[in-house]
Amino acid sequence: MKNKLISLLRQDARLSNQQLAVMLGATEKEIEEEIQHLEKEGVIMGYSAIVNEDKIDDDKVTAIIELRVTPQKDCGFEEIAKTITAYEEVESLALMAGAYDLAVTVKGDNVKDIAMFVSQRLAPLSGVLSTATHFVLKTYKDKGICIDGEEKDERNFFLP
Amino acid sequence: MTNYESVLSEKVKEMKPSGIRKFFDLAANMEGVISLGVGEPDFQTPWLIRKKALDVLEKKRMIYSSNQGLAELRECISEYLQRKYNIKYDPVSEVVVTVGGSEAIDLAIRALVNPDDEVLIVEPSFVCYKPIVELMHGVAVPIPTKEENKFKLTPEELKSHITDKTKLLILPYPNNPTGGIMTREDLEAIADVLRDTNIMVLSDEIYSELTYGRKHCSFAEIPGMHERTIYVSGFSKAFAMTGWRLGYLCAPQPIAAQMLKIHQYAIMCAPTMSQYAAMVALKECDNEVQKMVEEYNVRRRILVDGFNRIGLTCFEPEGAFYVFPCIRSTNMSSEEFCERLLEEKKVAVVPGNAFGESGEGFVRVSYAYSLKHLRQALECIEDFVKNCIEQKKENV
Repeated sequence: MKNKLISLLRQDARLSNQQLAVMLGATEKEIEEEIQHLEKEGVIMGYSAIVNEDKIDDDKVTAIIELRVTPQKDCGFEEIAKTITAYEEVESLALMAGAYDLAVTVKGDNVKDIAMFVSQRLAPLSGVLSTATHFVLKTYKDKGICIDGEEKDERNFFLP
Repeated sequence: MTNYESVLSEKVKEMKPSGIRKFFDLAANMEGVISLGVGEPDFQTPWLIRKKALDVLEKKRMIYSSNQGLAELRECISEYLQRKYNIKYDPVSEVVVTVGGSEAIDLAIRALVNPDDEVLIVEPSFVCYKPIVELMHGVAVPIPTKEENKFKLTPEELKSHITDKTKLLILPYPNNPTGGIMTREDLEAIADVLRDTNIMVLSDEIYSELTYGRKHCSFAEIPGMHERTIYVSGFSKAFAMTGWRLGYLCAPQPIAAQMLKIHQYAIMCAPTMSQYAAMVALKECDNEVQKMVEEYNVRRRILVDGFNRIGLTCFEPEGAFYVFPCIRSTNMSSEEFCERLLEEKKVAVVPGNAFGESGEGFVRVSYAYSLKHLRQALECIEDFVKNCIEQKKENV
């Protein structure tokens, strides 16, 4: 049940326990306990909304920054990852395989904001070899949801 | 000027267009309809299958296959049926690949029915059986099934409809539109009735992969029934391949050979590209099908619970992707319910009587739709039913 429950909450975290119970053929109490357990164990870390940024007029800017980093003796990338995680501008941070090491997603009020953040806070960190900043122009799909709305249902309504 | 009335076949002229054509036209032409009406999966055909089709389009010539279907595909079908349902068919002489399950049904009826033969049709059921029987000058004899029996065919119901003229029983389980299934015990009881007769069975098992909670049992697996069964299935439902137009039938060699004659003259062969892709479906897509079944199951539970909550009692269907709630508590006929629901809430469901008279008092609701879509539709239906009940009270 655990995986199915997580999969349903990933699709829609606002499903009520009663709805989840029906969908999984369980009791409400079982669902409540399982969710509590998942939250306590840190499997579920939080719930957030998927938002179409174009429809919010706050003109915020999102950038994805590639960092190349020299790993530190003993702790590898952990130390620098911890430092970057603590910056509140940072929305997500991941260690990557491939041409660069850390992918940092940053949100700022404008382009200048982000430029300052990269040049004054990320680039000078010890171990950072280089940065490459990419600005997000438009999001088409986020967390499995098509931001531009669902595809039109093209199936014919008829009984052969 | 040609008198078209005089040139047309009498049997074709007698064939009725669907009685609810008006309703369908209305729904099809309305803007912004929340449909729960279609009978095909909302899932995309699994990528492995599509990839195979792209691959053969690139590398192979798209020529006719053998009339009977690609030999390798028939072998795959034979292995699949053995693996899944423990039924054995010889790929060389007992399997015919058809243009959808629909053609398989057409072939079976045409190969068996003589004028005045009676064909028992379990109802409610898919709409094509009766017209084809009548086109063959046969007599369609509906056997209505009941909600209290979970829309199963009971041995008593079967017995009471058998006459000296009964040629064929059409057994459509898992059932469209009710979602009802027949368990092994249910089928054994039917087999007991048939064992001492010459009645043949057209077992339309197109939804066999889509069952919830228990594994499908094929009628051909029941001892002694293999020899009298024409097994029909296809790729449309389980593998989300409706537009690929591919199905198959399996039958004892003397029957398969006759059906093949009709198929080779009328159709030549099923689409070759689809046949290549279908081999991948049978061999490599168990997991993909399983994922779809799990998703359908969640939706099914939401709808059964939702309708019962609204006050439209809904028995728990164990197969296909339809629920069949009873709408009698609204004091409306199935068609009236559907027309008003469409007009007032723009939600389209199918009147149960479209599937035979015994479907009156019910509506067919498909859950080949996203959860979000289903929940939205349920809310509209709930509003609609509340209004109806209030109006009913005011009128009293």
